[in-house]
Amino acid sequence: MTAKPRTLFDKLWDAHVIVTREDGEALLWIDRHFVHEGSHHAFRALDGRGLPLAEPGLTFGIADHYVPTRGRPHIPDPEIAGMVSRLADNAGRHGFRLFGLDDPAQGIVHVVGPEQGLTLPGLTIVCGDSHTSTHGAFGAFAFGIGASEVAHVLMTQTLWQRKPKRMRAWFDGRPGPHVAAKDLALHLIRTIGADGARGHALEYAGAAIAALSMESRLTLCNMGIEAGARLALVAPDETTFAYLRGRPFAPEGAALEAAIAEWRGLASDPDAAFDREVTIDAAAIAPTVTWGVSPEDALPIDAAVPDPAAAGSAARADYLRAALTYMGLAPGQRLEDIRIDRAFIGSCTNARIEDLRAAAAVLRGRRARVPGLVSPGSSLVRRQAEAEGLDRVFIEAGFVWGESGCSMCVGMNGDTVGAGERCASTTNRNFRGRQGKDARTHIMSPAMVAAAAVTGRLTDVRALGEA
Amino acid sequence: MEPFTRLDAVACPLGLANVDTDQLIPARFMSRPRAAGYGSFLLHDLRYDDAGATRGFLLDTPRHAGARILVARRNFGTGSSREAAIYALWDFGIRCVIAPSFGDIFASNAVKNGLLPAQVTEEAAETLIAALERMAAPRLAVDLVTMKIGGAGSDIGFTLDPVRRLQLLNGWDDLDLTRRHAAEIAAFRARRLAAHPYALPAQD
Repeated sequence: MTAKPRTLFDKLWDAHVIVTREDGEALLWIDRHFVHEGSHHAFRALDGRGLPLAEPGLTFGIADHYVPTRGRPHIPDPEIAGMVSRLADNAGRHGFRLFGLDDPAQGIVHVVGPEQGLTLPGLTIVCGDSHTSTHGAFGAFAFGIGASEVAHVLMTQTLWQRKPKRMRAWFDGRPGPHVAAKDLALHLIRTIGADGARGHALEYAGAAIAALSMESRLTLCNMGIEAGARLALVAPDETTFAYLRGRPFAPEGAALEAAIAEWRGLASDPDAAFDREVTIDAAAIAPTVTWGVSPEDALPIDAAVPDPAAAGSAARADYLRAALTYMGLAPGQRLEDIRIDRAFIGSCTNARIEDLRAAAAVLRGRRARVPGLVSPGSSLVRRQAEAEGLDRVFIEAGFVWGESGCSMCVGMNGDTVGAGERCASTTNRNFRGRQGKDARTHIMSPAMVAAAAVTGRLTDVRALGEA
Repeated sequence: MEPFTRLDAVACPLGLANVDTDQLIPARFMSRPRAAGYGSFLLHDLRYDDAGATRGFLLDTPRHAGARILVARRNFGTGSSREAAIYALWDFGIRCVIAPSFGDIFASNAVKNGLLPAQVTEEAAETLIAALERMAAPRLAVDLVTMKIGGAGSDIGFTLDPVRRLQLLNGWDDLDLTRRHAAEIAAFRARRLAAHPYALPAQD
């Protein structure tokens, strides 16, 4: 008898099950736990029980959600300063490695993990942040958890989970020029819905995925949560292994070669069964932007915003009307006629070096018509960009060249979009109030944000031509 | 954790789809200590204007005073993993949310805090919303033993993962359960680190 074919996810799951209860819940071993300023509720629970941190060597702290992008290290708001110092206190008290405000490798947790080689194929990785799905780009079993689960991992380095279903999104063909991973992600979400992958481990596969860089795969897996997926995955390959070489916390030499030999087995078997499969023609995807208040409210840039009068149901019409009112848009308005007030390039979705290069390529020799902020994904990305002269391109185009953090994606550090203002943003969520109270967010790729900044309205970067 | 068996209470037909956790509690409140209560932060920007005056949002109308049940449309609690969204619901008094679908992390967080995420069909959600809007005094009775919602005509069934159901019914805490497996955890750790050395981070 031959072994039953398994998906990549099945293999990752099987390798981490400590015990499975009769009711199907499994206790999983956690290889890496990332904590940030927002993990304070969980540390209070740990202290409340008087328990020690179970695995300081597998716990890593990163200051990202509340850190300032300007004027470091000074934090004028005492409440925000308290969040950053509380994380440092917890790191000191419990003895885990902290990438704090003053660390040269500080950055956003989902950028720092891969960059430092903490994120590796075959690992379970958790963090009290929904975008932990990002790390799945390496073939890691990575998912976001709430504060109760963070506390459980702090105490035991394990989690009880029920096995999610398996879903595969197969991207055939080659995307056209200026069609980025962000466009692939937004296209998938508008196709299956913001809850389309709910309860599933979502594996991206196909020729278009195999051709992507690690940065692009990270963007795609990052947005997996916006499709509702429990976690997202790309099978590791030569691109993955090449990225890992020389990373500070990754194995080296013979240890790395042995690990790579094992990781080559981390792929879905040819006959493995998925609970759900979708196939998408990457060649047919246009640069895509959101118009509404959910990532599923996305359309190709040459489309017009929907008209509630043409909605299929009363509930849908209500939804569209409320979204258009919040966004200050008229039914049927062309996307390219929407004027913006500011631009933001940053976040765990799109602030890696490749993203900054793509935006800078559009901005080189041009001026932005609206104020803009760049917050690189990590302090190392920031230095790399400066070595390539990208900071000059952004500054000469009129952007503010900020420090690294979650910044205007979530606004916790005070970087917010004003009430009623409209922002072209490389971030992941266009929720009501996400970037600030009553702020209006349009999410898109870095090149598309740069194009919008140059014209002052949503713009098809393909039509912009040479500067 | 407080067990959940049956709840007969005022129910508010929220009627919104894609209520993300950023709406349930805006990020700017999340650095506040829980001790002061998170109830006033619940759906804050839908409920209050810039001056802090109430907008007369459905949840704040006298008709829905003391609401402990919410009925919403699809994809409730999508987005950020912030458990503070549950704290805001809980501290406001909500003990059960009924909707056709929930964000995965939200549903997990809810059960760990004793709040019931009751999943119904799209049609059932519409029926409940319409019924609550018609009632003189909008109330529902949610029974976790029978898995039925009463009060809106004939009983409506709801679903919840059986493990989560037991957890809620008994008010079980994960940690007590996990500790019984301490020896297996230690053995697994030793095996894993020996067989897969990369599982231990190299020192930088």
